[in-house]
Amino acid sequence: MTHIVMGYPSFDDCHDMVRQMVAAGVDLMELQIPFSEPMADGPVILKANQSALERGATVARCLTFAKDMAARYPIPFLFMTYANIPYRYGMAAFAKTTADIGLHGAIVPDLPMEEGADYIEAMHDNNLSAIQMFSPNTSDTRMEQIADVSSGFIYCLARKGVTGEDTKFSPDLVRYLSRCRNAASVPLAVGFGIKDRADMNFLKAMADIAVIGSQTIRVMEEHGVNAVREFIQDLFPAA
Amino acid sequence: MKHRGYYGSFGGAFLPEILIPTFDELVAAYENARNDPAFWNQYQQLMAEYSGRPTPLTFAANLTRHFGGAKIYIKREDLNHTGAHKANNVMGQGLLVQKMGKKRVIAETGAGQHGAACATMAAKFGFDCTIYMGEKDVMRQRPNVFWMEQLGAQVVPVTDGTKILKDAINQTFRDWVTHMDTTHYVLGTACGPHPFPEMVAWFQSIIGKEARQQILEQEGRLPHKVYACVGGGSNALGLFSGFMDDPVDLVGVEAGGKGIDTGQHAARLSSEDASPGIAQGYKTFFLQDNDGQMKETHSISAGLDYVGVSPILAHMHEIKKARFESATDTEVVDALKLTIKTEGIIPALESAHAFAGAFREASDLSGDQIIIINQSGRGDKDIFTVAEALNDPEWKTFIQKKAAQYHA
Repeated sequence: MTHIVMGYPSFDDCHDMVRQMVAAGVDLMELQIPFSEPMADGPVILKANQSALERGATVARCLTFAKDMAARYPIPFLFMTYANIPYRYGMAAFAKTTADIGLHGAIVPDLPMEEGADYIEAMHDNNLSAIQMFSPNTSDTRMEQIADVSSGFIYCLARKGVTGEDTKFSPDLVRYLSRCRNAASVPLAVGFGIKDRADMNFLKAMADIAVIGSQTIRVMEEHGVNAVREFIQDLFPAA
Repeated sequence: MKHRGYYGSFGGAFLPEILIPTFDELVAAYENARNDPAFWNQYQQLMAEYSGRPTPLTFAANLTRHFGGAKIYIKREDLNHTGAHKANNVMGQGLLVQKMGKKRVIAETGAGQHGAACATMAAKFGFDCTIYMGEKDVMRQRPNVFWMEQLGAQVVPVTDGTKILKDAINQTFRDWVTHMDTTHYVLGTACGPHPFPEMVAWFQSIIGKEARQQILEQEGRLPHKVYACVGGGSNALGLFSGFMDDPVDLVGVEAGGKGIDTGQHAARLSSEDASPGIAQGYKTFFLQDNDGQMKETHSISAGLDYVGVSPILAHMHEIKKARFESATDTEVVDALKLTIKTEGIIPALESAHAFAGAFREASDLSGDQIIIINQSGRGDKDIFTVAEALNDPEWKTFIQKKAAQYHA
């Protein structure tokens, strides 16, 4: 699963990135609706959020873009955003729109299950996935509670910290991912810090979905939109 | 984590999953402290010997005569060690950090008062300390930055977003999600996820407890109205908490900035410009656009320049338990000048909002009525901002000469 911030650097560039990612074999994508206070994001995605907003990325424009992507490309797309965006839109209306425009669900990192009952219900009413998260310090008991309200897959944060920093792919991570596996029957996605093929090889046996977030944005910033396809293709273990 | 920390429909704990266990631990430590009378005694003792509490309740005879209305009293939080009510909160949280066995504290700061107070607490308790401060505020409040660094804190200018208080809060959370095992986030006001609003208001309730007892001792009766400035809302909740069950008007004064009509202000409860939203881990009234993106705020005082407001105050506003007004930058500077000249007391620009709000209403009250104004902090820290606002020619010459010296 890859991640783009809608409107950064522009909607046209975003479309190019989606096209290249799909061509490179990406089979699931997060489309982030930018927010002015992206608390869980590190410097790369934080700046992308700010820049997108400065360049006029409204929620309405993002919805139009997402609808267009879902219609053009045959892979599932998810929204990623912060709680205030669906809250202001109206939780029920947000879920209905998400379904109407052909997306498959959403990830909202600052809406834990205790606060998100309305949201989870609205998403499920529309047959959408309200993706929940595990973190390395989530207890076994809590993992089971989270798994109970989960659908689609579970997003397992590989480590503490914000998006876009290095992750050490260590024995601790192996133990943590096997705790995740025991708690959940849905597929596991692992994110935060995947940058190269070695990381991918490590994860292959442990998880079902690898999340490439900040790194594609970094590649795009350093080498241009056209470098994205090659970067992604290089991640896949040789057949 | 349970579903808790709600005041009407405001508050909550909108946390990333990674912080949930940290908050469970914090809630437990806070609840233990709250249920243990020995903790409050220890806290009061510490504040007495380290911060000079109880702070006085000063009768402002000259201001009273000037307005010819209500008797005006000033609660002197400026006389706390470090010069503001912020000391009450940081020392309380410092005791909690000791109990939790953590060794590092981090904090956001706007005006720098909370940062300086936190750095002071860290120095006293032997904690490592990192302070996040918006780059704009670093520019506005260099003297506080200087002192924080002397106190051993690392001050990190935040260059993201609007480069003020809210951005410093986001950055402090980003530090916390990485270092929560060793680190406590000393949030500076009664905002953010549960238990912060309740916990900070509890530590600040020392203001209201004292003020109520003092006015009864000095006047033998309760005040009619009490005034406090409202940024995040902690000094206001501190004072208000002493009079929650009394027939006393609770008045919060927000930053009117360049005027409500200009849109350049930080009036969340006293204007029609704010609406309910979720950000920085809690639900309250935010100054935001229709999409839910936070707007830029403006105030002459860095400490009131904030998009959100305590969920406890948002609820009190909704049920009309408290009234909220605003004061413009100009009114605030006038109130500051008057207070300095008539009483020899220098309120912080933040606190001067409460004075401006009270001055507007003092003449309409009768001589047997009493008001209390919370002087949340002292104003000498604002010398650069105030001197600029007063357009003081001698000050400009001094700065130019000083700059020339450094150039030489």
